[in-house]
Amino acid sequence: MNYAALFTATLPETALEIAALLVLAVDLGFLRKAALQVRTGAAAFIGIAGCIAAIWAVYAAGWGGFSAGSDLMLAAGGSAGVAQVAILVLTAITLLLFVDTGFTRNPGEYVSVVLMAAAGGLIISAAQDLLVIFVGLELLSLGLYILTAFAKQSGKSAEAAIKYYLFGGMSAAFLLFGFSYLYGLSGSTSLPRVVLGTYVASANGGAPLLYIALVMIAAGLGFKIAAVPFHLWAPDTYEGAPAPAAAFIASVSKVASFALLISISTVTLHFMQSLHLTGVLGAVRSYPAGARIGRIIPGFNTWPMILMVLSVLSMVLGNLAALAQTSVRRLLAYSAIAHAGYILLGLAFFSWSNASAQAILYYIVTYGLTTIGAFGVVDVVERAAGSDKLDAFLGLHKRNPLLAAVLLVLFLSLAGIPPLVGFWAKFNLFATVLNWGSYGFLKGPLSSLPAENLTLVALAIAFSAVSLYYYLQVLKRAYVMPASDGSRIHVHPVTLIVLVAIAAAVVVLGCFPALLQNWIAGFYPAM
Amino acid sequence: MAWAIYISFAGALISALLPAARPIFVRWWALAVAVAGLAIAVAGFAAGMGQGRQVFVDVLWVPSIGIHFLLAADGISRVLVLLTGIASVAGVLFSWNVDLRTNQFFAFYFALIGGVYGVFLSGDLFLLFVFYEIAIVPKYFLISIWGSTRREYGAMKLALYSFVGSAMVLIGLLAAYTMAGSHSTTLGDLARAGLPVSFQMWCFPLVFVGFAILAGMWPFHTWAPTGHVAAPTAASMLLAGVVMKLGAYGCLRLGIGLFPHGLDPWGFSFIGIGSWRDVFAWLAVIGIVYGALVALAQTDFKFVIGYSSVSHMGFVLLGLMTLNQIGLDGAVLQMFSHGVIAGLLFAIVGRIVYDRTHTRQFAELEPMHLSRRLPFAAWAFVFAGVASMGLPGFSGFVAELQVLVGAWQANPWWTIVSGIGIIVGVAYIWRALQKAFFSDALPTPHELEAEQAHKFAPITWPEYAGVALLGVSTLVVGLYPRILLDQIEPAVKALLAGGAQ
Repeated sequence: MNYAALFTATLPETALEIAALLVLAVDLGFLRKAALQVRTGAAAFIGIAGCIAAIWAVYAAGWGGFSAGSDLMLAAGGSAGVAQVAILVLTAITLLLFVDTGFTRNPGEYVSVVLMAAAGGLIISAAQDLLVIFVGLELLSLGLYILTAFAKQSGKSAEAAIKYYLFGGMSAAFLLFGFSYLYGLSGSTSLPRVVLGTYVASANGGAPLLYIALVMIAAGLGFKIAAVPFHLWAPDTYEGAPAPAAAFIASVSKVASFALLISISTVTLHFMQSLHLTGVLGAVRSYPAGARIGRIIPGFNTWPMILMVLSVLSMVLGNLAALAQTSVRRLLAYSAIAHAGYILLGLAFFSWSNASAQAILYYIVTYGLTTIGAFGVVDVVERAAGSDKLDAFLGLHKRNPLLAAVLLVLFLSLAGIPPLVGFWAKFNLFATVLNWGSYGFLKGPLSSLPAENLTLVALAIAFSAVSLYYYLQVLKRAYVMPASDGSRIHVHPVTLIVLVAIAAAVVVLGCFPALLQNWIAGFYPAM
Repeated sequence: MAWAIYISFAGALISALLPAARPIFVRWWALAVAVAGLAIAVAGFAAGMGQGRQVFVDVLWVPSIGIHFLLAADGISRVLVLLTGIASVAGVLFSWNVDLRTNQFFAFYFALIGGVYGVFLSGDLFLLFVFYEIAIVPKYFLISIWGSTRREYGAMKLALYSFVGSAMVLIGLLAAYTMAGSHSTTLGDLARAGLPVSFQMWCFPLVFVGFAILAGMWPFHTWAPTGHVAAPTAASMLLAGVVMKLGAYGCLRLGIGLFPHGLDPWGFSFIGIGSWRDVFAWLAVIGIVYGALVALAQTDFKFVIGYSSVSHMGFVLLGLMTLNQIGLDGAVLQMFSHGVIAGLLFAIVGRIVYDRTHTRQFAELEPMHLSRRLPFAAWAFVFAGVASMGLPGFSGFVAELQVLVGAWQANPWWTIVSGIGIIVGVAYIWRALQKAFFSDALPTPHELEAEQAHKFAPITWPEYAGVALLGVSTLVVGLYPRILLDQIEPAVKALLAGGAQ
């Protein structure tokens, strides 16, 4: 093993860990007597500096990745690069929003746990090996459990953390169990070899074991992205966790988990391409039952099928349950489940061309940004009104017009109203799903659209029409209904600047959708 | 003409930033923005006289998907942009008395207007859709904040109907884009892509119904009366005046323009209905008659006008389904005509009468003897009502006549049944006129005393100006329809040649 190469490849993670230790050292060593404000500011500042250094390191690390022997352990560039930079930027923003919150008397510990969790996120977005994936996931998850419980005075926070931890521990066990089957089938932990090995094994009658493994893995990863039916932790955690932690869970952890799903899908497709099945994952399923390709890879059509089922369940249940919520945080949790459903649709119809990966990353990055902003606004309102119920937002336009305007932009973007960025994310994703047949072996204009894709996209669009209703419920209280308490809400200048900047980014990226698309496409080698 | 869009959005942004405490500033600013928009519309209309399609801007907006920022106008667009200009100025004039959160009111107002201008000028499928959706949200807030009767219900219903309609449209458009090979989204490229007939057969009704929801097609019209009634005057003027036209325009430009074969016969017929064309034409005819009959039974003045809009928009949709030159000419002319006349009717009912009497119930208006106490309102309503009935000399006559002639050529039964709607149209206007203004009962001395004690506020100059603007528009078009038809005819001819047949 080449440790110099390992060091270069993990430079971003190293930068974050050094920053995490530095935060602890400064906070516990030098600032013990300082005011809480100063300690919070210093911790956040060092944390953000660490994120910036790590972003630089992502760019500096090059596109080589890290290999042990002939097996790639950590990828670099491409989807992994996009996800890593996005994770770091989003982490920095959640740290900025942390400056004003004051829910804890231990800002140093909070920031260092955030940084370590972010390092876990960086690892899983690059990981190409089952063990590395598991280590990264655990690093991320353990950090998230701690962050959820960080508001020590709040009973809700503790309750949310224990629920999150129990579900999380269980799903990690499922995931590990599934991984062990994969290892048993293929004799390797490196993703490409696992795919090859399971292919050979399932062709020799091992398919039933593969089904079990895939279902177990879907349960483990479905938990991370809060897909129905593994979503039960999400509403409680979003409601109970301190707002910056909830924003971190809703954005950074989602980006990392979806990046992991993208790399799994990419590796599988890469393998299929090497068999000259230049097509798309789901295409296998579309072959008539007796066709040769359908027979030679039994089990390989299970994965998209599982994703599709999760996707439909998440879209339907997430959107419908959100209609009934009275707490805005729970509403955001169910809306997050619904959004995960849309993205899973993109993963179920993953295509070998980079279009799918890019559309999914575009969606999850912009969603992460928007949702951090939404949690920022909710947090400010919650501290002023004492609750996160819908009625806490009454008359917000009078109590703080700027905050109300930010809320308007962010929620409309989540609902997918153009010209905001949420519209382009949905549009891009659905267009890719519909287009899925034309990447690869089906060239040129289609004679008919794949009915399956069209039905599911229609379902997704129909449910995003439903989602407008619950987003409007919040906006209605902010703009339409009279205030019960007319006092002005004061916002910390840093928080306000961050929130306004997020809203401005949502508008600008929406008006010029090519900006972000080009940036994402820049990470991929020209095809 | 592209500047009409930019000016409206800039106007919206600046209105939002103007101080709420000084409404008079905001009003004059709003009037300036609206007049600037109208001036651009008129100038563009005049400059486009005798010209075909003009392209104003064409840049690649989203290269990876092939979306163009393409603003262009043909005769149909120019007529509708002119209508939007007129309606927006009139709307500002009739909302001169909005004192609550005036800056926000005009911010939402101009966001809506900007979206409407954008839809009429877009030459790209997705640009059009983006502007179309931009127009949804401001409507919701205009109605729910500044509206009246059951405003939150009416606003939410309108927003959800619009969003469901646009979701249907989006599915159809995504499918069409994918089928066409995913290279370009300009309307021209897509129309030339040669989409398979079987595909057009299911995509056409999806897109057509999606847009027709907003055009008030029966049985998807129920948002219209509640929305119109709940809306503040300016918003109901815009809803009836231009927003319903967005739907009809979408039906024409995207429905018929992109999927002409969707109107082909199915190959079998069931009780005389053998194509989507028959289905939608009959729905339009039902809308005409149903809207008129329901309007006849209303007790709320504004509901009468609300249902009359459903009836008149039925003529637009019927005109579209005739698929011949004269019927389509009539449909586009009817869009303009109804926009102006419905605007005038809503202005009289919602602003001039309601803001003084604070009721719209006929039972309460009857003893008020408004013809004596508000003679201007009464005679303006006579004027608008006569125009709405379709008497010669007003724009409604030329438009509906052409639609009916076109419909006769296509299927005489359509014309015959719609004729009932016209007759009932006379009746409901007559009834409204009599109940609201010219009641027979003589005032008792006690009532006379009460009238002396509570005199209505005099008619203000913005009201005179608004009535004059809308009244002159309908009269000019009624007396000299060539002014619009010269623009509409070549555009319709091109559309029929490029699309249908």
